[in-house]
Amino acid sequence: MIEDIELETLVNDIYEYYGFDFGSYSRASLKRRVNRIYQLDGFKNFYEFLSKVRYDSDYYKRLIDEITVNVTEMFRDPTFYKVVRTQILPLLATKPFIRLWHAGCSTGEEVYSMAIMLKEAGLLHKSLIYATDINSKVLETAKKGIFPLRMMKEYSENYRDSGGLEDFSNYYIANYGIAKFSEELAEKMVFSQHNLVSDTSFNEFDFILCRNVLIYFDNDLQKRVIKLFDESLATLGFLALGTKETIKYSISTTKYKQLEKEKIWRKVK
Amino acid sequence: MEESKIINRRVVIIGGSAGSLNALLLILPELPVFKSFALVIVLHRRGTDDLTLESLIQLKSVAPVKIIEDKVEITNGFIYVAPSNYHLLFEKDNIFALDTSEKVNYSRPSIDVSFESAAEVYGTNLIGILLSGSNTDGTEGLKAIQKAGGIVVIQDPKSAEMPFMPSNALLHIKPDYILSNDDILKFIISLDK
Repeated sequence: MIEDIELETLVNDIYEYYGFDFGSYSRASLKRRVNRIYQLDGFKNFYEFLSKVRYDSDYYKRLIDEITVNVTEMFRDPTFYKVVRTQILPLLATKPFIRLWHAGCSTGEEVYSMAIMLKEAGLLHKSLIYATDINSKVLETAKKGIFPLRMMKEYSENYRDSGGLEDFSNYYIANYGIAKFSEELAEKMVFSQHNLVSDTSFNEFDFILCRNVLIYFDNDLQKRVIKLFDESLATLGFLALGTKETIKYSISTTKYKQLEKEKIWRKVK
Repeated sequence: MEESKIINRRVVIIGGSAGSLNALLLILPELPVFKSFALVIVLHRRGTDDLTLESLIQLKSVAPVKIIEDKVEITNGFIYVAPSNYHLLFEKDNIFALDTSEKVNYSRPSIDVSFESAAEVYGTNLIGILLSGSNTDGTEGLKAIQKAGGIVVIQDPKSAEMPFMPSNALLHIKPDYILSNDDILKFIISLDK
């Protein structure tokens, strides 16, 4: 197990050697993730670990892949998707063109979930989904639209609970333990690397989704990211966060109106 | 770090799986309002569960329940319930942190994850209680609590609906107390001084 002071040394070194800033990451989770890879890779002491990170850039990449959390699922929190399906998409439908941004999309399960709902609402043809993550490796997986077949039972239940009426298996081809999602869904997706810690706004969107990313950031960084979303959101656009996340500590809530109990806010001015 | 906030903070953390909810539903209605600690409950629960467990616990408890969200402060006198589909962690400045990383012991929330994190922050001001269950979760967490100087309590397997989890813990650690359901209630009441 590494000590607090060692974690801070690692954070400083990563910034100094690679320019990536974990300084505003929530420490409880970061420390657990670093300890996990430290033990997994069998280091004898902290300095052996530290010099590996400093001088071996391939190992640094592995470290980033392992300490950023990339666990996601299709239609995670079906009630959230149900609200999007029944309340938000009908409002967006009036627009000639719909721009969406999935920030921190990981391996893309939620991006494909959104594309399925857009398709079912007859809106996919006039939508464009920008999906970004800091981790280039997960974006490669997301682009392929290939997910483990063993997850499909759970995902199809989530899909049904979200109000989906189709046969979920129509959306993918099952083969050798994998489920390859229809390329039609991916046609309206653009994947690119984007770092919420340091990058700026790159477009104006009607719907921004960033679910279970802010929980890894401290209050100051959360404020920065919410400001970035605010700058990137069209008036009357929607912002969706994870079920335990909020904007209320980060931005004036007079500017945003929350949709009932959901973690969805509409920019009203 | 704001050490002063931690010093007068005590946390009682209860972990449980199958059969533990029934035990809690016997304990909580009898537990009067308390002032000198926060009570955190980590139960294995359905991934798609919303706030039904929180509502049930509030309904059956005398003490108030506060809903855990990202960065909510831990305040004495309240009951907190680990939300479904997240690991529950503790920050050094006395706030909760949530994490959606891989399941541990097939569980998210995992009792081990929460116990280990609480042990790191609260040390000797932590009391860990492990209840009924049919999984090995909790054993490593209790070890961490003990190592950090906290108090370890294991439900007497004879009084547990599913004795496997407390029995597994007893194979690996010597707790401060092995208590029946009734005695766990008396023990928690005795902590509020």
